[in-house]
Amino acid sequence: MPNGTYSKKVIEHFSNPHNYGKMKNPSGVGRVGNILCGDVLCLYIKVEKNKKGKEIIKDISYETFGCVAAISTSSVVTDLTKGKTLEQALKIDSKKVVKSLGGLPKIKIHCSLLAADALVEAIYDYLSKNKRKIPKELEKKHQRIEKEKKEIEERYKKWMK
Amino acid sequence: MKRIYFDYAATTPVDPRVDKVMRPFFDEKFGNTMSIHSFGQEAKIVLEKSRQTVANLIGAKPNEIVFTGSATESNNLALKGVAFANKDKGKHIIISQIEHPCIMEVAIWLEKQGFEITRLPVDKYGLVNSLDVKKAIRKHTILVSIIHGSNEIGTIQPIEEIGKVCKEKKVYFHTDAAQSFGKIPIDVNKMNIDLLTASSHKIYGPKGAACLFVRQGTKIEPILHGGGQESGLRSSTVNIGAIVGFSKACEICKKEMKKESQRLFKLRDKLIKNVLKIKESHLAGHAKKRLSNNANFWFSFIEGESLVIQLDLLGIAASTGSACSSMKLEPSHVLLAIGLKPQEAHGSLRISLGRWTTEKEIDYLIKVLPKVVKQLRKISPFKKHA
Repeated sequence: MPNGTYSKKVIEHFSNPHNYGKMKNPSGVGRVGNILCGDVLCLYIKVEKNKKGKEIIKDISYETFGCVAAISTSSVVTDLTKGKTLEQALKIDSKKVVKSLGGLPKIKIHCSLLAADALVEAIYDYLSKNKRKIPKELEKKHQRIEKEKKEIEERYKKWMK
Repeated sequence: MKRIYFDYAATTPVDPRVDKVMRPFFDEKFGNTMSIHSFGQEAKIVLEKSRQTVANLIGAKPNEIVFTGSATESNNLALKGVAFANKDKGKHIIISQIEHPCIMEVAIWLEKQGFEITRLPVDKYGLVNSLDVKKAIRKHTILVSIIHGSNEIGTIQPIEEIGKVCKEKKVYFHTDAAQSFGKIPIDVNKMNIDLLTASSHKIYGPKGAACLFVRQGTKIEPILHGGGQESGLRSSTVNIGAIVGFSKACEICKKEMKKESQRLFKLRDKLIKNVLKIKESHLAGHAKKRLSNNANFWFSFIEGESLVIQLDLLGIAASTGSACSSMKLEPSHVLLAIGLKPQEAHGSLRISLGRWTTEKEIDYLIKVLPKVVKQLRKISPFKKHA
């Protein structure tokens, strides 16, 4: 059925989201919320070394409380990230997410930011848990996301137990 | 795929009986009501006949009906028109917190023009207390405007009580009846209503026609100036085809109101009863004091736009008050006013029934909705097994 708001690709991801669900023993977790609309996204990654000894995102999944755009961006981020090295994964930004979905309505662009932020947070979580050096750029992004997260957690206190 | 329409509160299809009477007015009887030749006079006679029919539905006199282009326009005319015509008496206006956006926005605009607005709270069912209205009225209050049937949660206000208060206090009383007009009996005299907004496309008439009932003697200024149509209150070439359709729609509603609302009550209550079997599902609005065609739910842990699009993929058309589906990314002000938290309003779903809703359609919705809710909860990071 044609939709005047969302691209075909978005609807495809939304009606058949890839890689959703909670992950057992993840290497890193990124939990972010959008202070604008109230969506919440939880992203899990499993990091392993590939044959060349480089760390890659072996597995990735998510849980999303949000709209069509939030769910489809979550889904496409997992597609973009799976099998990539950490360095490659950190280069996936919201622009790339929007592009691979064939565009998003202007008002929904913030949703793509949510998915990209969750990925940043998951990688940050993995690196810091393993006492690894955090790249400057990543640290900066983390600080901004952290600030927004506090507000969202306050809002959803009751459900987050 | 067969599609099912559950969004009659947004707009309705034109009834074939309405369609039929409208058609000649677009080519054969297309005259301008202001023309003095036969084409124009033919249209003028039909216009006045239509006015009578619309007036009949609410116990008004024909000369108290001003045809407009939309309910939004009627509401703008009521508020701005009364505000500017009575600003020497006072600049205070009372509305509720659950008005349609067009009233809310006009109120904000009027504040910028120096008027003072009181926005009355509602209880958890969305009801305005007439005592609150009484207490809020001051010496300089010129207008009270309270929505009759809520477009979102369907709650029907105690309009007669509020009307009585306004009459006692000698303050004009306007009600936005876009959702209730043609669906429940309205008597502007018994209910002490001075101004009332009604719309055609919510009652199986065409879009582009609506009206404002203005009680004789009410001080009001036009917002559209020009050729002086509609007794000078709404200049614009008269949209005769749409008005003829509007009037036919009124005629049908008057005849079928009782039977149709009983039919819808039954279907709606069946729907509500069954949907509330879904865990962590809730009804928004009043169980009894609500429009026969409205059901409004919220589901914990999921988001409304996702819900509506999932249903759409299954051929079911519904609506939501979720922030994600609004242009401002804010949850519905109505749901917040009845005490829902933003995250609760996030999971809202409005189902509105109408003339062509069948029991089979209700049964189909009852069958698929739990599955859709479950699927979205699977993706949600919040409590899973609710």
